[in-house]
Amino acid sequence: MRIIICVKRVAVLSDDVAFTDDGLAVDPDYLDFTLNEWDACAVDEAIRIRDAVGEGEVVVVTAGDPDADGELRRCLAMGADRAVRVWTEALRQPDPLTVAHALAEVIRPEEPDLVLCGVQSSDALQGATGAALAGFLDLPVVAVVTMIAYDATTRTATVHRELEGGMIDVVETTTPAVLTIQTGINRPRYVTFRAIQEAQGRDVAVQVAEPFGRRAYGIRGMSMPTRRRAEMIGGNPTEIAARILQIVRGSSAA
Amino acid sequence: MSGVLIVAEHRQGALREVTLELIAAAKELKNAGVGPLAVAMLGSDVSAMLGVVALDGVDEIIHVPVAMDEFNGEVYRQALPALIRQRRPLVLLTGFTVDAMSYAPALAASLGLGFASDVTGCSAQKGWLTATRGLYAGKVQVQLDFGDGAPVLLMLRPGAWSPAGGFGSPVVTRLEAGVDLSQVRIKHREYITPQTEGIDLGTSDFILAIGRGVGEKDNVPVFERLADRLGATLACSRPLVDSGWLPHARQVGQSGATVKPELYLALGISGAVEHLAGMKASGTIIAVNSDPEAAIFNVAHYGAVTDLFALAEALEQLT
Repeated sequence: MRIIICVKRVAVLSDDVAFTDDGLAVDPDYLDFTLNEWDACAVDEAIRIRDAVGEGEVVVVTAGDPDADGELRRCLAMGADRAVRVWTEALRQPDPLTVAHALAEVIRPEEPDLVLCGVQSSDALQGATGAALAGFLDLPVVAVVTMIAYDATTRTATVHRELEGGMIDVVETTTPAVLTIQTGINRPRYVTFRAIQEAQGRDVAVQVAEPFGRRAYGIRGMSMPTRRRAEMIGGNPTEIAARILQIVRGSSAA
Repeated sequence: MSGVLIVAEHRQGALREVTLELIAAAKELKNAGVGPLAVAMLGSDVSAMLGVVALDGVDEIIHVPVAMDEFNGEVYRQALPALIRQRRPLVLLTGFTVDAMSYAPALAASLGLGFASDVTGCSAQKGWLTATRGLYAGKVQVQLDFGDGAPVLLMLRPGAWSPAGGFGSPVVTRLEAGVDLSQVRIKHREYITPQTEGIDLGTSDFILAIGRGVGEKDNVPVFERLADRLGATLACSRPLVDSGWLPHARQVGQSGATVKPELYLALGISGAVEHLAGMKASGTIIAVNSDPEAAIFNVAHYGAVTDLFALAEALEQLT
Protein backbone atom coordinates (compact mmCIF):
# COMPACT_ATOMS: atom_id res chain seq x y z
CA MET A 1 0.00 0.00 0.00
CA ARG A 2 1.04 3.61 -0.35
CA ILE A 3 0.41 6.28 2.27
CA ILE A 4 1.08 9.93 1.50
CA ILE A 5 1.50 12.49 4.25
CA CYS A 6 1.37 16.21 3.55
CA VAL A 7 3.63 18.15 5.88
CA LYS A 8 4.42 21.81 6.42
CA ARG A 9 7.39 23.76 7.66
CA VAL A 10 5.69 26.14 10.07
CA ALA A 11 6.79 29.49 11.38
CA VAL A 12 7.00 30.34 15.06
CA LEU A 13 6.83 34.02 15.89
CA SER A 14 9.44 35.46 18.22
CA ASP A 15 8.47 37.87 20.99
CA ASP A 16 8.94 40.89 18.72
CA VAL A 17 7.23 41.40 15.40
CA ALA A 18 8.07 43.59 12.44
CA PHE A 19 6.28 43.63 9.10
CA THR A 20 7.88 43.74 5.66
CA ASP A 21 7.99 47.17 3.97
CA ASP A 22 4.78 46.53 2.01
CA GLY A 23 3.01 45.54 5.24
CA LEU A 24 1.74 42.28 3.74
CA ALA A 25 3.88 39.78 5.67
CA VAL A 26 5.90 39.35 8.85
CA ASP A 27 9.62 40.05 8.36
CA PRO A 28 11.17 36.54 8.18
CA ASP A 29 13.96 37.66 10.54
CA TYR A 30 11.36 37.48 13.31
CA LEU A 31 10.38 33.89 12.57
CA ASP A 32 11.75 30.49 13.54
CA PHE A 33 10.76 27.34 11.65
CA THR A 34 9.95 23.76 12.56
CA LEU A 35 7.90 20.71 11.48
CA ASN A 36 4.20 21.23 12.20
CA GLU A 37 3.16 19.31 15.33
CA TRP A 38 0.00 17.86 13.72
CA ASP A 39 2.02 16.64 10.73
CA ALA A 40 4.50 14.84 12.98
CA CYS A 41 1.53 12.90 14.38
CA ALA A 42 0.37 12.14 10.82
CA VAL A 43 3.82 10.85 9.81
CA ASP A 44 4.01 8.68 12.91
CA GLU A 45 0.53 7.27 12.25
CA ALA A 46 1.39 6.46 8.63
CA ILE A 47 4.50 4.57 9.73
CA ARG A 48 2.42 2.63 12.27
CA ILE A 49 -0.14 1.67 9.61
CA ARG A 50 2.57 0.61 7.14
CA ASP A 51 4.26 -1.50 9.81
CA ALA A 52 0.96 -3.07 10.93
CA VAL A 53 0.00 -3.96 7.34
CA GLY A 54 3.49 -5.38 6.89
CA GLU A 55 4.25 -3.83 3.53
CA GLY A 56 3.98 -0.55 1.71
CA GLU A 57 5.53 2.81 1.29
CA VAL A 58 5.23 6.04 3.27
CA VAL A 59 5.82 9.17 1.18
CA VAL A 60 6.05 12.67 2.66
CA VAL A 61 5.11 15.61 0.47
CA THR A 62 5.40 19.32 1.07
CA ALA A 63 4.62 22.39 -1.00
CA GLY A 64 7.34 24.97 -0.63
CA ASP A 65 10.85 26.17 -1.37
CA PRO A 66 14.14 24.35 -0.65
CA ASP A 67 14.09 25.65 2.95
CA ALA A 68 11.46 22.98 3.65
CA ASP A 69 13.85 20.13 2.78
CA GLY A 70 15.03 20.04 6.39
CA GLU A 71 11.51 19.23 7.62
CA LEU A 72 11.12 16.55 4.92
CA ARG A 73 14.40 14.95 6.03
CA ARG A 74 13.18 14.99 9.61
CA CYS A 75 10.22 12.86 8.40
CA LEU A 76 12.67 10.53 6.62
CA ALA A 77 14.55 10.22 9.91
CA MET A 78 11.26 9.25 11.59
CA GLY A 79 10.92 6.37 9.13
CA ALA A 80 9.27 7.70 5.96
CA ASP A 81 10.49 5.98 2.79
CA ARG A 82 10.54 8.85 0.31
CA ALA A 83 10.20 12.64 0.20
CA VAL A 84 8.78 14.90 -2.50
CA ARG A 85 8.73 18.69 -2.59
CA VAL A 86 6.47 20.49 -5.02
CA TRP A 87 7.00 24.07 -6.08
CA THR A 88 5.12 26.62 -8.13
CA GLU A 89 5.57 30.41 -8.18
CA ALA A 90 2.07 30.88 -6.74
CA LEU A 91 3.38 29.39 -3.48
CA ARG A 92 5.18 32.65 -2.75
CA GLN A 93 1.78 33.73 -1.43
CA PRO A 94 0.44 30.45 -0.11
CA ASP A 95 -3.24 30.00 0.69
CA PRO A 96 -4.97 26.66 1.38
CA LEU A 97 -6.31 26.28 -2.17
CA THR A 98 -2.99 27.14 -3.84
CA VAL A 99 -1.16 24.71 -1.55
CA ALA A 100 -3.74 21.92 -1.92
CA HIS A 101 -3.76 22.32 -5.71
CA ALA A 102 0.03 21.98 -5.88
CA LEU A 103 -0.05 18.96 -3.56
CA ALA A 104 -2.81 17.33 -5.64
CA GLU A 105 -0.65 17.57 -8.77
CA VAL A 106 2.04 15.35 -7.25
CA ILE A 107 -0.27 13.08 -5.24
CA ARG A 108 -2.66 12.12 -8.07
CA PRO A 109 -0.13 10.08 -10.12
CA GLU A 110 1.09 8.33 -6.94
CA GLU A 111 -2.33 6.62 -6.61
CA PRO A 112 -2.16 6.45 -2.80
CA ASP A 113 -4.39 4.29 -0.60
CA LEU A 114 -4.43 6.88 2.17
CA VAL A 115 -3.54 10.55 2.34
CA LEU A 116 -2.88 11.93 5.82
CA CYS A 117 -2.62 15.64 6.64
CA GLY A 118 -2.44 17.44 9.96
CA VAL A 119 -5.77 19.00 11.01
CA GLN A 120 -4.13 22.42 10.86
CA SER A 121 -0.75 24.13 10.88
CA SER A 122 0.33 25.80 14.10
CA ASP A 123 1.11 29.12 12.37
CA ALA A 124 -1.87 29.70 10.06
CA LEU A 125 -4.51 27.54 11.80
CA GLN A 126 -6.65 27.37 8.66
CA GLY A 127 -7.75 23.75 9.06
CA ALA A 128 -8.41 23.60 5.34
CA THR A 129 -5.60 22.18 3.22
CA GLY A 130 -6.48 18.49 3.78
CA ALA A 131 -10.14 18.85 2.85
CA ALA A 132 -9.29 21.16 -0.07
CA LEU A 133 -6.92 18.45 -1.31
CA ALA A 134 -9.79 15.95 -1.12
CA GLY A 135 -11.82 18.39 -3.21
CA PHE A 136 -9.17 18.53 -5.94
CA LEU A 137 -8.62 14.74 -5.87
CA ASP A 138 -12.35 13.97 -5.52
CA LEU A 139 -11.67 11.70 -2.55
CA PRO A 140 -13.71 11.27 0.64
CA VAL A 141 -12.33 13.20 3.59
CA VAL A 142 -12.73 12.79 7.32
CA ALA A 143 -11.50 15.75 9.38
CA VAL A 144 -10.11 15.74 12.93
CA VAL A 145 -9.26 12.04 13.23
CA THR A 146 -8.04 10.58 16.55
CA MET A 147 -8.01 6.86 15.65
CA ILE A 148 -7.50 4.90 12.41
CA ALA A 149 -8.17 1.18 11.94
CA TYR A 150 -7.23 0.34 8.36
CA ASP A 151 -8.48 -2.96 6.96
CA ALA A 152 -6.14 -4.00 4.16
CA THR A 153 -8.51 -6.78 3.02
CA THR A 154 -11.61 -4.66 2.50
CA ARG A 155 -9.57 -1.49 1.85
CA THR A 156 -11.75 0.47 4.22
CA ALA A 157 -10.79 2.56 7.23
CA THR A 158 -12.80 2.87 10.42
CA VAL A 159 -11.87 6.15 12.05
CA HIS A 160 -12.73 8.28 15.05
CA ARG A 161 -13.79 11.83 14.23
CA GLU A 162 -13.34 14.04 17.30
CA LEU A 163 -16.27 16.44 17.70
CA GLU A 164 -16.58 19.56 19.84
CA GLY A 165 -16.62 18.68 23.53
CA GLY A 166 -14.72 15.46 22.90
CA MET A 167 -17.56 13.27 21.62
CA ILE A 168 -16.40 10.72 19.05
CA ASP A 169 -18.19 10.03 15.77
CA VAL A 170 -17.15 6.59 14.54
CA VAL A 171 -17.26 6.50 10.75
CA GLU A 172 -16.17 4.10 8.06
CA THR A 173 -14.74 5.33 4.78
CA THR A 174 -13.75 3.69 1.56
CA THR A 175 -10.16 4.25 0.47
CA PRO A 176 -8.38 6.02 -1.06
CA ALA A 177 -9.39 8.76 1.37
CA VAL A 178 -7.95 11.87 2.94
CA LEU A 179 -7.82 11.92 6.74
CA THR A 180 -6.82 14.98 8.72
CA ILE A 181 -4.99 13.97 11.89
CA GLN A 182 -5.54 15.48 15.32
CA THR A 183 -2.82 15.58 17.99
CA GLY A 184 -3.20 12.92 20.64
CA ILE A 185 -3.71 10.14 18.05
CA ASN A 186 -0.21 8.99 19.02
CA ARG A 187 2.91 10.33 20.66
CA PRO A 188 5.29 10.86 17.73
CA ARG A 189 8.40 8.74 18.03
CA TYR A 190 11.63 10.21 19.29
CA VAL A 191 14.07 10.87 16.49
CA THR A 192 17.71 10.33 17.35
CA PHE A 193 20.38 12.81 16.34
CA ARG A 194 22.04 9.98 14.42
CA ALA A 195 18.89 9.29 12.38
CA ILE A 196 18.66 13.00 11.53
CA GLN A 197 22.34 13.02 10.48
CA GLU A 198 21.78 9.98 8.27
CA ALA A 199 18.72 11.55 6.65
CA GLN A 200 20.82 14.54 5.54
CA GLY A 201 22.22 12.44 2.69
CA ARG A 202 18.79 11.30 1.42
CA ASP A 203 17.21 12.66 -1.76
CA VAL A 204 14.25 15.00 -1.89
CA ALA A 205 12.51 14.71 -5.26
CA VAL A 206 11.47 18.10 -6.59
CA GLN A 207 8.50 18.64 -8.90
CA VAL A 208 7.06 21.77 -10.43
CA ALA A 209 3.28 22.09 -10.43
CA GLU A 210 1.00 23.90 -12.84
CA PRO A 211 -0.49 27.01 -11.20
CA PHE A 212 -4.08 26.81 -9.95
CA GLY A 213 -4.86 30.17 -11.49
CA ARG A 214 -7.13 31.29 -8.69
CA ARG A 215 -6.41 32.47 -5.16
CA ALA A 216 -8.50 31.76 -2.06
CA TYR A 217 -7.87 35.33 -0.92
CA GLY A 218 -5.58 38.31 -1.28
CA ILE A 219 -3.79 39.88 1.67
CA ARG A 220 -4.71 43.53 2.17
CA GLY A 221 -2.69 44.18 5.25
CA MET A 222 -1.45 42.94 8.59
CA SER A 223 -1.71 44.47 12.01
CA MET A 224 -1.26 43.73 15.68
CA PRO A 225 -4.58 42.87 17.30
CA THR A 226 -5.95 45.31 19.82
CA ARG A 227 -5.59 43.57 23.14
CA ARG A 228 -7.29 43.64 26.45
CA ARG A 229 -4.21 43.21 28.59
CA ALA A 230 -4.36 41.66 32.03
CA GLU A 231 -3.45 43.77 35.05
CA MET A 232 0.07 42.48 35.64
CA ILE A 233 1.22 41.47 39.12
CA GLY A 234 4.89 42.20 39.71
CA GLY A 235 7.35 41.07 42.36
CA ASN A 236 9.07 37.86 43.41
CA PRO A 237 7.20 34.52 43.53
CA THR A 238 6.21 35.03 47.19
CA GLU A 239 4.80 38.49 46.49
CA ILE A 240 2.94 37.23 43.43
CA ALA A 241 1.59 34.26 45.42
CA ALA A 242 0.37 36.59 48.18
CA ARG A 243 -1.45 38.80 45.69
CA ILE A 244 -3.03 35.77 43.95
CA LEU A 245 -4.25 34.43 47.32
CA GLN A 246 -5.72 37.85 48.10
CA ILE A 247 -7.69 37.74 44.82
CA VAL A 248 -8.73 34.12 45.49
CA ARG A 249 -9.91 34.90 49.02
CA GLY A 250 -11.71 38.02 47.87
CA SER A 251 -13.77 35.90 45.52
CA SER A 252 -16.85 34.09 46.77
CA ALA A 253 -15.54 30.92 45.13
CA ALA A 254 -12.90 30.23 47.76
CA MET B 1 -24.94 36.98 -7.73
CA SER B 2 -26.14 38.40 -4.44
CA GLY B 3 -27.13 37.47 -0.94
CA VAL B 4 -25.79 35.44 1.94
CA LEU B 5 -26.35 31.69 2.21
CA ILE B 6 -25.77 30.07 5.60
CA VAL B 7 -25.30 26.34 5.97
CA ALA B 8 -27.04 25.40 9.21
CA GLU B 9 -25.28 22.95 11.51
CA HIS B 10 -27.17 20.40 13.55
CA ARG B 11 -26.33 17.24 15.43
CA GLN B 12 -28.58 14.53 16.84
CA GLY B 13 -31.69 16.52 15.99
CA ALA B 14 -30.61 19.78 17.63
CA LEU B 15 -29.45 22.96 15.96
CA ARG B 16 -25.86 23.94 16.87
CA GLU B 17 -25.49 27.37 18.48
CA VAL B 18 -22.92 28.42 15.87
CA THR B 19 -25.77 28.66 13.33
CA LEU B 20 -27.28 31.57 15.28
CA GLU B 21 -23.86 33.27 15.30
CA LEU B 22 -23.67 32.83 11.53
CA ILE B 23 -27.07 34.52 11.26
CA ALA B 24 -25.75 37.46 13.31
CA ALA B 25 -22.76 37.84 10.98
CA ALA B 26 -24.97 37.43 7.89
CA LYS B 27 -27.28 40.19 9.12
CA GLU B 28 -24.31 42.59 9.21
CA LEU B 29 -23.51 41.68 5.59
CA LYS B 30 -27.15 41.99 4.60
CA ASN B 31 -27.30 45.44 6.15
CA ALA B 32 -24.15 46.33 4.21
CA GLY B 33 -26.07 45.66 0.99
CA VAL B 34 -24.95 42.12 0.15
CA GLY B 35 -28.56 41.03 -0.38
CA PRO B 36 -31.09 38.62 1.09
CA LEU B 37 -30.24 36.14 3.83
CA ALA B 38 -31.08 32.47 3.39
CA VAL B 39 -30.37 29.51 5.68
CA ALA B 40 -29.98 26.06 4.13
CA MET B 41 -30.87 23.04 6.26
CA LEU B 42 -29.97 19.54 5.08
CA GLY B 43 -31.78 16.56 6.58
CA SER B 44 -34.84 14.37 6.29
CA ASP B 45 -37.05 16.32 8.68
CA VAL B 46 -35.92 19.70 9.94
CA SER B 47 -39.35 20.93 11.06
CA ALA B 48 -38.44 20.78 14.78
CA MET B 49 -35.51 23.17 14.18
CA LEU B 50 -37.30 25.65 11.92
CA GLY B 51 -38.57 27.72 14.83
CA VAL B 52 -35.05 28.24 16.17
CA VAL B 53 -33.77 29.48 12.81
CA ALA B 54 -36.78 31.64 11.90
CA LEU B 55 -35.13 34.75 13.29
CA ASP B 56 -35.40 38.41 12.51
CA GLY B 57 -33.39 39.21 9.38
CA VAL B 58 -33.66 35.72 7.86
CA ASP B 59 -35.53 35.97 4.54
CA GLU B 60 -35.70 32.33 3.60
CA ILE B 61 -35.11 28.89 5.06
CA ILE B 62 -34.26 26.36 2.37
CA HIS B 63 -34.90 22.77 3.34
CA VAL B 64 -32.79 20.38 1.28
CA PRO B 65 -34.38 16.97 1.88
CA VAL B 66 -31.81 14.19 2.33
CA ALA B 67 -32.70 10.78 3.75
CA MET B 68 -29.84 10.89 6.22
CA ASP B 69 -29.94 12.57 9.60
CA GLU B 70 -26.42 12.14 10.98
CA PHE B 71 -23.89 14.56 9.54
CA ASN B 72 -22.03 13.27 6.51
CA GLY B 73 -19.61 15.55 4.69
CA GLU B 74 -20.18 13.58 1.49
CA VAL B 75 -23.83 14.63 1.44
CA TYR B 76 -22.91 18.30 1.87
CA ARG B 77 -20.31 18.05 -0.91
CA GLN B 78 -22.99 16.66 -3.22
CA ALA B 79 -25.86 18.97 -2.28
CA LEU B 80 -24.23 22.37 -1.92
CA PRO B 81 -22.97 22.81 -5.51
CA ALA B 82 -26.55 22.44 -6.76
CA LEU B 83 -27.75 24.90 -4.15
CA ILE B 84 -25.03 27.42 -5.06
CA ARG B 85 -25.83 27.12 -8.79
CA GLN B 86 -29.52 27.70 -8.07
CA ARG B 87 -29.23 30.62 -5.66
CA ARG B 88 -25.96 32.22 -6.78
CA PRO B 89 -25.11 33.73 -3.39
CA LEU B 90 -22.27 36.23 -3.09
CA VAL B 91 -21.25 34.86 0.32
CA LEU B 92 -21.55 31.41 1.86
CA LEU B 93 -21.13 31.06 5.61
CA THR B 94 -20.34 27.98 7.69
CA GLY B 95 -18.89 27.65 11.16
CA PHE B 96 -15.19 26.86 11.58
CA THR B 97 -16.33 23.58 13.13
CA VAL B 98 -15.36 19.93 12.91
CA ASP B 99 -18.33 19.16 10.64
CA ALA B 100 -17.74 22.03 8.23
CA MET B 101 -14.01 21.26 8.14
CA SER B 102 -14.87 18.06 6.30
CA TYR B 103 -16.75 19.66 3.42
CA ALA B 104 -16.30 23.45 3.16
CA PRO B 105 -12.64 23.55 1.99
CA ALA B 106 -13.37 20.68 -0.43
CA LEU B 107 -16.21 22.70 -1.97
CA ALA B 108 -14.04 25.79 -2.22
CA ALA B 109 -11.46 23.71 -4.08
CA SER B 110 -13.79 21.92 -6.48
CA LEU B 111 -15.89 25.01 -7.26
CA GLY B 112 -13.01 27.53 -7.24
CA LEU B 113 -14.58 29.74 -4.57
CA GLY B 114 -12.94 32.54 -2.64
CA PHE B 115 -12.21 31.07 0.76
CA ALA B 116 -11.07 31.89 4.28
CA SER B 117 -11.39 29.99 7.55
CA ASP B 118 -11.33 30.83 11.26
CA VAL B 119 -12.65 34.25 10.30
CA THR B 120 -13.30 36.60 13.23
CA GLY B 121 -14.63 39.62 11.32
CA CYS B 122 -16.10 40.39 7.92
CA SER B 123 -17.63 43.36 6.15
CA ALA B 124 -18.81 44.43 2.73
CA GLN B 125 -18.63 47.71 0.85
CA LYS B 126 -20.29 48.08 -2.55
CA GLY B 127 -20.26 44.32 -3.01
CA TRP B 128 -16.57 43.99 -2.07
CA LEU B 129 -16.01 41.64 0.79
CA THR B 130 -13.19 41.77 3.34
CA ALA B 131 -12.46 39.39 6.20
CA THR B 132 -10.18 39.32 9.23
CA ARG B 133 -8.40 36.32 10.71
CA GLY B 134 -5.43 35.65 12.97
CA LEU B 135 -1.98 34.35 12.15
CA TYR B 136 0.83 33.00 14.36
CA ALA B 137 -1.50 31.91 17.18
CA GLY B 138 -3.42 35.20 17.01
CA LYS B 139 -0.37 37.39 17.58
CA VAL B 140 -0.91 39.01 14.17
CA GLN B 141 -4.16 39.93 12.40
CA VAL B 142 -4.54 39.67 8.64
CA GLN B 143 -7.05 41.57 6.53
CA LEU B 144 -8.13 39.58 3.47
CA ASP B 145 -9.94 40.55 0.29
CA PHE B 146 -11.40 38.44 -2.49
CA GLY B 147 -11.46 38.87 -6.22
CA ASP B 148 -14.80 39.16 -8.00
CA GLY B 149 -16.47 36.57 -10.16
CA ALA B 150 -17.06 33.73 -7.72
CA PRO B 151 -18.87 33.36 -4.42
CA VAL B 152 -16.75 33.56 -1.28
CA LEU B 153 -17.02 30.85 1.37
CA LEU B 154 -16.17 32.04 4.86
CA MET B 155 -15.84 29.69 7.84
CA LEU B 156 -16.49 31.80 10.93
CA ARG B 157 -14.91 31.16 14.31
CA PRO B 158 -17.48 29.91 16.85
CA GLY B 159 -17.99 32.50 19.58
CA ALA B 160 -16.75 35.45 17.49
CA TRP B 161 -20.31 36.76 17.00
CA SER B 162 -23.09 36.85 19.59
CA PRO B 163 -25.99 34.62 18.60
CA ALA B 164 -28.79 36.39 16.72
CA GLY B 165 -32.20 36.64 18.37
CA GLY B 166 -35.66 38.08 17.78
CA PHE B 167 -38.27 36.19 15.85
CA GLY B 168 -38.86 36.77 12.17
CA SER B 169 -41.06 35.25 9.52
CA PRO B 170 -38.91 33.82 6.73
CA VAL B 171 -40.48 31.84 3.93
CA VAL B 172 -39.69 28.14 4.05
CA THR B 173 -38.89 26.54 0.72
CA ARG B 174 -37.82 23.12 -0.39
CA LEU B 175 -35.02 22.45 -2.84
CA GLU B 176 -34.13 19.06 -4.26
CA ALA B 177 -30.37 18.92 -4.66
CA GLY B 178 -30.19 15.55 -6.37
CA VAL B 179 -28.18 13.80 -3.66
CA ASP B 180 -27.37 10.21 -4.62
CA LEU B 181 -26.84 8.28 -1.38
CA SER B 182 -25.39 5.30 -3.27
CA GLN B 183 -22.41 7.54 -4.12
CA VAL B 184 -21.72 8.43 -0.47
CA ARG B 185 -18.37 6.90 0.49
CA ILE B 186 -18.50 7.49 4.26
CA LYS B 187 -20.84 5.73 6.72
CA HIS B 188 -21.71 6.87 10.23
CA ARG B 189 -21.43 3.99 12.73
CA GLU B 190 -21.99 5.32 16.26
CA TYR B 191 -21.25 8.08 18.70
CA ILE B 192 -19.02 7.52 21.72
CA THR B 193 -19.50 9.90 24.64
CA PRO B 194 -16.24 10.70 26.44
CA GLN B 195 -15.63 9.15 29.87
CA THR B 196 -16.22 11.62 32.69
CA GLU B 197 -14.59 9.47 35.41
CA GLY B 198 -16.71 11.25 37.98
CA ILE B 199 -15.11 14.59 37.17
CA ASP B 200 -17.47 17.48 36.42
CA LEU B 201 -15.52 20.64 35.64
CA GLY B 202 -18.75 22.41 34.69
CA THR B 203 -19.98 22.65 38.30
CA SER B 204 -16.72 23.83 39.87
CA ASP B 205 -16.56 27.50 40.90
CA PHE B 206 -12.77 27.50 41.26
CA ILE B 207 -10.59 25.83 38.63
CA LEU B 208 -6.81 25.55 38.69
CA ALA B 209 -5.72 24.65 35.17
CA ILE B 210 -2.26 23.62 34.06
CA GLY B 211 -0.66 23.55 30.60
CA ARG B 212 2.52 22.67 28.75
CA GLY B 213 4.43 24.95 31.15
CA VAL B 214 4.47 22.20 33.79
CA GLY B 215 7.18 20.61 31.65
CA GLU B 216 6.84 16.93 32.43
CA LYS B 217 4.48 14.31 33.80
CA ASP B 218 6.34 13.96 37.10
CA ASN B 219 5.51 17.61 37.89
CA VAL B 220 1.75 17.13 37.65
CA PRO B 221 1.34 15.91 41.29
CA VAL B 222 2.77 19.25 42.53
CA PHE B 223 -0.23 21.00 41.01
CA GLU B 224 -2.70 18.29 42.05
CA ARG B 225 -1.60 18.95 45.65
CA LEU B 226 -1.78 22.69 45.17
CA ALA B 227 -5.32 22.48 43.75
CA ASP B 228 -6.35 20.38 46.76
CA ARG B 229 -4.86 22.86 49.16
CA LEU B 230 -6.56 25.83 47.51
CA GLY B 231 -9.90 24.05 47.27
CA ALA B 232 -9.79 24.18 43.48
CA THR B 233 -10.65 21.56 40.85
CA LEU B 234 -7.68 20.56 38.70
CA ALA B 235 -8.07 21.03 34.95
CA CYS B 236 -5.66 21.21 32.02
CA SER B 237 -5.19 22.23 28.40
CA ARG B 238 -5.17 19.80 25.48
CA PRO B 239 -1.43 19.01 25.23
CA LEU B 240 -1.46 17.38 28.68
CA VAL B 241 -4.24 15.02 27.63
CA ASP B 242 -2.50 14.32 24.30
CA SER B 243 0.60 13.38 26.28
CA GLY B 244 -1.40 11.07 28.52
CA TRP B 245 -0.58 13.03 31.71
CA LEU B 246 -4.20 13.72 32.68
CA PRO B 247 -7.52 12.19 31.53
CA HIS B 248 -9.71 13.86 28.91
CA ALA B 249 -12.29 14.56 31.64
CA ARG B 250 -9.94 17.26 32.98
CA GLN B 251 -9.51 19.04 29.63
CA VAL B 252 -10.90 22.53 29.17
CA GLY B 253 -11.30 23.79 25.60
CA GLN B 254 -13.06 23.31 22.26
CA SER B 255 -12.53 19.55 22.33
CA GLY B 256 -13.05 19.30 26.09
CA ALA B 257 -15.22 21.03 28.66
CA THR B 258 -16.55 24.57 28.36
CA VAL B 259 -16.41 26.11 31.84
CA LYS B 260 -17.46 29.33 33.47
CA PRO B 261 -16.22 29.21 37.10
CA GLU B 262 -16.01 32.30 39.28
CA LEU B 263 -12.23 31.86 39.42
CA TYR B 264 -9.90 30.39 36.82
CA LEU B 265 -6.22 30.13 37.72
CA ALA B 266 -4.23 29.23 34.59
CA LEU B 267 -0.69 28.05 35.26
CA GLY B 268 1.68 27.52 32.33
CA ILE B 269 -1.07 27.82 29.70
CA SER B 270 -0.11 29.88 26.64
CA GLY B 271 -3.69 30.52 25.49
CA ALA B 272 -4.28 28.68 22.22
CA VAL B 273 -7.68 29.33 20.59
CA GLU B 274 -8.57 25.71 21.43
CA HIS B 275 -8.20 26.47 25.15
CA LEU B 276 -9.55 30.03 25.27
CA ALA B 277 -12.81 28.87 23.66
CA GLY B 278 -13.49 26.76 26.73
CA MET B 279 -12.72 29.23 29.54
CA LYS B 280 -12.81 32.85 28.43
CA ALA B 281 -16.25 33.42 29.98
CA SER B 282 -14.89 32.66 33.49
CA GLY B 283 -15.60 35.29 36.15
CA THR B 284 -12.04 36.18 37.17
CA ILE B 285 -9.08 34.79 35.25
CA ILE B 286 -5.59 34.81 36.75
CA ALA B 287 -2.80 33.65 34.45
CA VAL B 288 0.79 32.83 35.28
CA ASN B 289 3.24 32.15 32.47
CA SER B 290 6.96 32.45 31.76
CA ASP B 291 6.26 34.11 28.36
CA PRO B 292 5.21 37.77 28.74
CA GLU B 293 3.68 37.65 25.22
CA ALA B 294 1.46 34.61 25.93
CA ALA B 295 -2.02 35.04 24.43
CA ILE B 296 -3.60 34.02 27.74
CA PHE B 297 -2.79 37.53 29.07
CA ASN B 298 -5.25 38.95 26.53
CA VAL B 299 -8.21 37.25 28.19
CA ALA B 300 -6.92 37.18 31.79
CA HIS B 301 -7.92 39.84 34.32
CA TYR B 302 -4.70 39.41 36.30
CA GLY B 303 -1.39 38.14 35.00
CA ALA B 304 2.08 37.38 36.31
CA VAL B 305 5.31 36.42 34.58
CA THR B 306 7.31 34.13 36.83
CA ASP B 307 8.64 30.62 37.34
CA LEU B 308 5.70 28.24 37.85
CA PHE B 309 7.41 26.00 40.36
CA ALA B 310 8.67 28.82 42.56
CA LEU B 311 5.15 30.21 42.51
CA ALA B 312 3.56 26.84 43.33
CA GLU B 313 5.95 26.49 46.27
CA ALA B 314 5.16 30.00 47.52
CA LEU B 315 1.41 29.35 47.22
CA GLU B 316 1.79 26.13 49.22
CA GLN B 317 3.74 27.89 51.94
CA LEU B 318 1.20 30.69 52.25
CA THR B 319 -1.84 28.40 52.55
